[in-house]
Formats: sequence, C-alpha cells, structure tokens
Amino acid sequence: MSEATPESSPRQLATDARDRVRFEEEALELSDQVYSVARRLSGSREEAEDLVQETYARAFRAWRSFQPGTNLRAWLFRILTNLNIDRGRRIQRSPDTQPLEENDYFLYNKLEESTSESNLDERRVVERLSQNDTVTALADLPHDFRDVVLLVDLADFTYSDAAQILDIPIGTVMSRLHRGRRILKRTLADSASGDGGGG
Amino acid sequence: MSGFAFDPCDKCEQMMQPYLDRVLTEEERMEAEVHLDGCDYCRRRYRFEAEFRKFVRLAAAEPMPPDLKAKLAALRTPL
Repeated sequence: MSEATPESSPRQLATDARDRVRFEEEALELSDQVYSVARRLSGSREEAEDLVQETYARAFRAWRSFQPGTNLRAWLFRILTNLNIDRGRRIQRSPDTQPLEENDYFLYNKLEESTSESNLDERRVVERLSQNDTVTALADLPHDFRDVVLLVDLADFTYSDAAQILDIPIGTVMSRLHRGRRILKRTLADSASGDGGGG
Repeated sequence: MSGFAFDPCDKCEQMMQPYLDRVLTEEERMEAEVHLDGCDYCRRRYRFEAEFRKFVRLAAAEPMPPDLKAKLAALRTPL
C-alpha cells in the first residue's frame, strides 16, 4: 500500500489520511458487536471494556496491515480473540474431556419431561430457562469451546470465518462448536431441573 | 422415508445442528425436510432449537457502556 514517508507528496499524505479515517470509522461502527463478544469472554464489565480498548488501540496502530476489501469484522475479532488468549490462557483449566452422552434433542426432552402441560409452544418451553443461568453456563464453558460458540452463535460468523479468526482448522471449529453447544445445554438442563422446585 | 437405514428420528436429530447452521448439502436438506414434514416429534425439537438459539443470543447480549464509545473514539489517530 502507499506507505507515507517524509518524502511522500502532499497528495499521498492526503490519500493516506483519508484511508485511515475511513478505516477507523468503519471499525468503530462494529464496536457494539466487539463489546458484546468481549463481555462474554470477560469476567466483568471493566475487564471487557479494557479488552475492547486494547483491541481498538491495536487495530488503529495496525491499520495498514488490513487489506481493504477483506472482512474487517473478522480482522477485528481476530485481534480481540488473540488479546484474550494472551491474557486469559494463564488461568485456563484443562479442557473438558467428560464423555457427552446427550444428543441434540436432550434439552427439549428434559424440559418437556419436567412440565405437566403437554403440547407447549416451543417458545414457552424456552421461557423455562433463565437468562442468568445461560450467561453463567456460557462463562463456564471450557474456553476453547466458548470462543467458537461465541463467534458462531453470538457474532454470527461462518465456520470458515471462525476458523480464520482463531487460526484453527474448520474441522476443529465444527467439533468445538458441537461439543460447546452440548455442554451448554447439559448445564442448562441441570440448572433447570435443579431449580424447578418440587412438583 | 423407507430410505433410512435406521430410526429416521435419530438421523433427523443428527442433522439438526448442520441444518440450522445451513451447511447441509441440498440433498441432505431435502431429506431432513421430507422427514420434518411428516414428523411432529422432530419438528417441535427443531423449532425449539431455533428458539433456543435466539434465546441464548438475547441472554448473552449486553449493551455497550455509553462512555466506552467515546473512549474508543479518543484512541483514533489525531488528524
């Protein structure tokens, strides 16, 4: 790209500044989405704010390494997840290796079992879950799985974008997503039946 | 549905995540839909899963603190 040097012409400098301003504006437009995922990667709001600020500080410094026309959102999330890995993995526990017997209908079956009403609308069944339990269950996911679940299920990235962001093969994205979703459902099924009260 | 080598609902259950992620081949998607058309049991569970995904997304979303936007804008390179 057109690197500005002391010898650059005024015209080049102006083009450079214009590109940078556009880059910064486009990046800032994505900040709600970046925060949303950062918040779920972090233990507190303060930590999430720090993480987002670090992400943007690094992005603004490195703006020349972004190839215009490629996926800016994925580029930003790559910075975010790398920073999070740098600072978070020191406290990472060993990955979950428990076998998962539950299949994909497991949570619905579990919730349906615990109600006396039959033929409930699916939305009503979902309403039996608690938002707080869901946030806690996401936080408790083993981090490798949580990263993938957040990128695909919260930030709406494709498998292939998630693979690029996390620098892992697409098959690994699929297996972590699969396992992460199942662990999430198992945790929610446990908390739903644990808090259900006697019937 | 006689083409299924084993319990068609088991097969349908295995196709649910890739179906909702829209990564099935056209042929697999048709296979799932033919089964779903005739199977209330699976249809309910697919609809639940779609609602569940929306629920997780909503539960996980948290608005950005109002002053953070200004802090980020302050990180921009001065002109």
